[in-house]
Amino acid sequence: MTIQQLSVFLENKSGRLLEVTKVLAEHDINMSAFSIADSSDFGMLRMIVDKPEAAYTALKNNNFSVNITQVVGLVVPDTAGSLYNALEILKKDNIEVEYMYAFSFKDNATVIIRSANAEQTAAALKTAGFQTMD
Amino acid sequence: MIWNEHIECCSRDAMTQRQSDGLRKMVERLYFNVPFYRKKFQEMDLSPHDIRGIEDLHKLPFTYKQDLRDNYPMGLFAVPQSEIVRLHASSGTTGKQTVVGYTRKDLDMWSEVVARCFSAAGISKKDIVQIAYGYGLFTGGLGLHYGTEKVGASVIPISGGNTHRQLQMMQDLGSTVLACTPSYALYLAESLEKAGITREQTKLRVGIFGAEAWTNEMRKELEYKLGLKAFDIYGLSEIMGPGVACECECQNGLHVNEDHFIPEIIDPLTLEPLPEGQVGELVFTTITKEGLPLLRYRTRDLSALHYDTCSCGRTLVRMEKCKGRTDDMLIIRGVNVFPSQIESVLLNMHETSPHYQLIVDRVNNLDILEVHVEMDEHFFADEIRKIEDLNKRIKHNIENTLGISVGVKLVEPNTIERSEGKAKRIIDNRKK
Repeated sequence: MTIQQLSVFLENKSGRLLEVTKVLAEHDINMSAFSIADSSDFGMLRMIVDKPEAAYTALKNNNFSVNITQVVGLVVPDTAGSLYNALEILKKDNIEVEYMYAFSFKDNATVIIRSANAEQTAAALKTAGFQTMD
Repeated sequence: MIWNEHIECCSRDAMTQRQSDGLRKMVERLYFNVPFYRKKFQEMDLSPHDIRGIEDLHKLPFTYKQDLRDNYPMGLFAVPQSEIVRLHASSGTTGKQTVVGYTRKDLDMWSEVVARCFSAAGISKKDIVQIAYGYGLFTGGLGLHYGTEKVGASVIPISGGNTHRQLQMMQDLGSTVLACTPSYALYLAESLEKAGITREQTKLRVGIFGAEAWTNEMRKELEYKLGLKAFDIYGLSEIMGPGVACECECQNGLHVNEDHFIPEIIDPLTLEPLPEGQVGELVFTTITKEGLPLLRYRTRDLSALHYDTCSCGRTLVRMEKCKGRTDDMLIIRGVNVFPSQIESVLLNMHETSPHYQLIVDRVNNLDILEVHVEMDEHFFADEIRKIEDLNKRIKHNIENTLGISVGVKLVEPNTIERSEGKAKRIIDNRKK
């Protein structure tokens, strides 16, 4: 019900993102979604990849600070009001969202949701009839 | 075990007598054999006969690192070159390199003092000592080498660097003692961890770490990571090299081999000797050395002396663990800052890696200190506010200790250069 997300600590220094993508390319790892959060001194790259364990090892061996967190990949129709309906469920169950990012592809949109308890979040959405990524 | 009980446990009176006799002979020898000292004496209107014992030590002129540079390479040697059997050179980290020379007797004495140090650290012929100090011009490697042989332990003269090989030898040969700089020890500890070798899988039990100032917090870190008891050894090439002083099992200061090197603590500004227990600059006078004897050599190391008998039974005076070299001291907006203070803060937090660097700049006539700290992957969280919070706490703790504001920047792991010898902790852009 939940999926693995990789987070990578990046210094605010030119070429760092380039380096991450190079390591992933060399290990034939495909990214399906990512977001970059930034503060004044550093950035945080979060991404969903096809082979999270392999990506974790490859990045670690290249001296990146990286960790794996469980997140929910919510799939909703790419139509107005879809996200609203999903968030209503989370509000009702008192589930707080730490952060989220989204991408849409063809008719559907996928929203990556990070909350304190990924299992609980996924279960709440499933019960309400939403589809989540495996 | 006490290597030389006769000397290491002798009464203060006997030691004073020995030092006074040695000093009188040494002053006479220098006056007749070294033109540099003769000239200094004449300028000060001082005769060798004015020095009757160590109570007259303060009358003697100081010797500075610059004097060795000015008389480069062998101008201060007190014997003809034919008597010199070994030459070493300083690393030149603080400027032009200096050359030091040893006679056969000097080398014997060096082995003797290192043997005392190793015995004090509990090393015996049953031990296998991996010497990962650089061999060559640096005094660290060869200096400890002969003392280790004198104790009868097996030496692995692996020298510094080639970390992969260090780990292999450590495991294959079962090294029980590791001797290197504390920064290299830390690097080796990390490399062991990376290679998946636990501390239980090595036979290490004693670490002999020196050649740079390190804190008690670093001691705890190294002892934990390597599973050994870490001892501080002190020395400087101008006086001899490693073995001038070393900790015993009580680790309540370093016993100075004062039958060869008389220590004094002076106020670096007034140059007046300071009473027992007060922190000031450490000054050494060699009294038995033949090749390059020096009078009141200014070490620029900060320490204090204690003359009470140690619980280990040794009466040799103890010097406090060095607080740092005066040339490592940064003056930031008029406040004295030692890298060791920052090291203590970081290691006490247990949330960052012990790798750090201090970057000093001057912006609009104001000194700016930025501390770069490596992100420890064990504490890396996915949430930005947790990292920002860690950054704030580091900043807060350092500012509390130093009393000045600093910038803190978390950097990626392994981006601060690792050292196989002495660590480069400071980048001072103000000097450019």
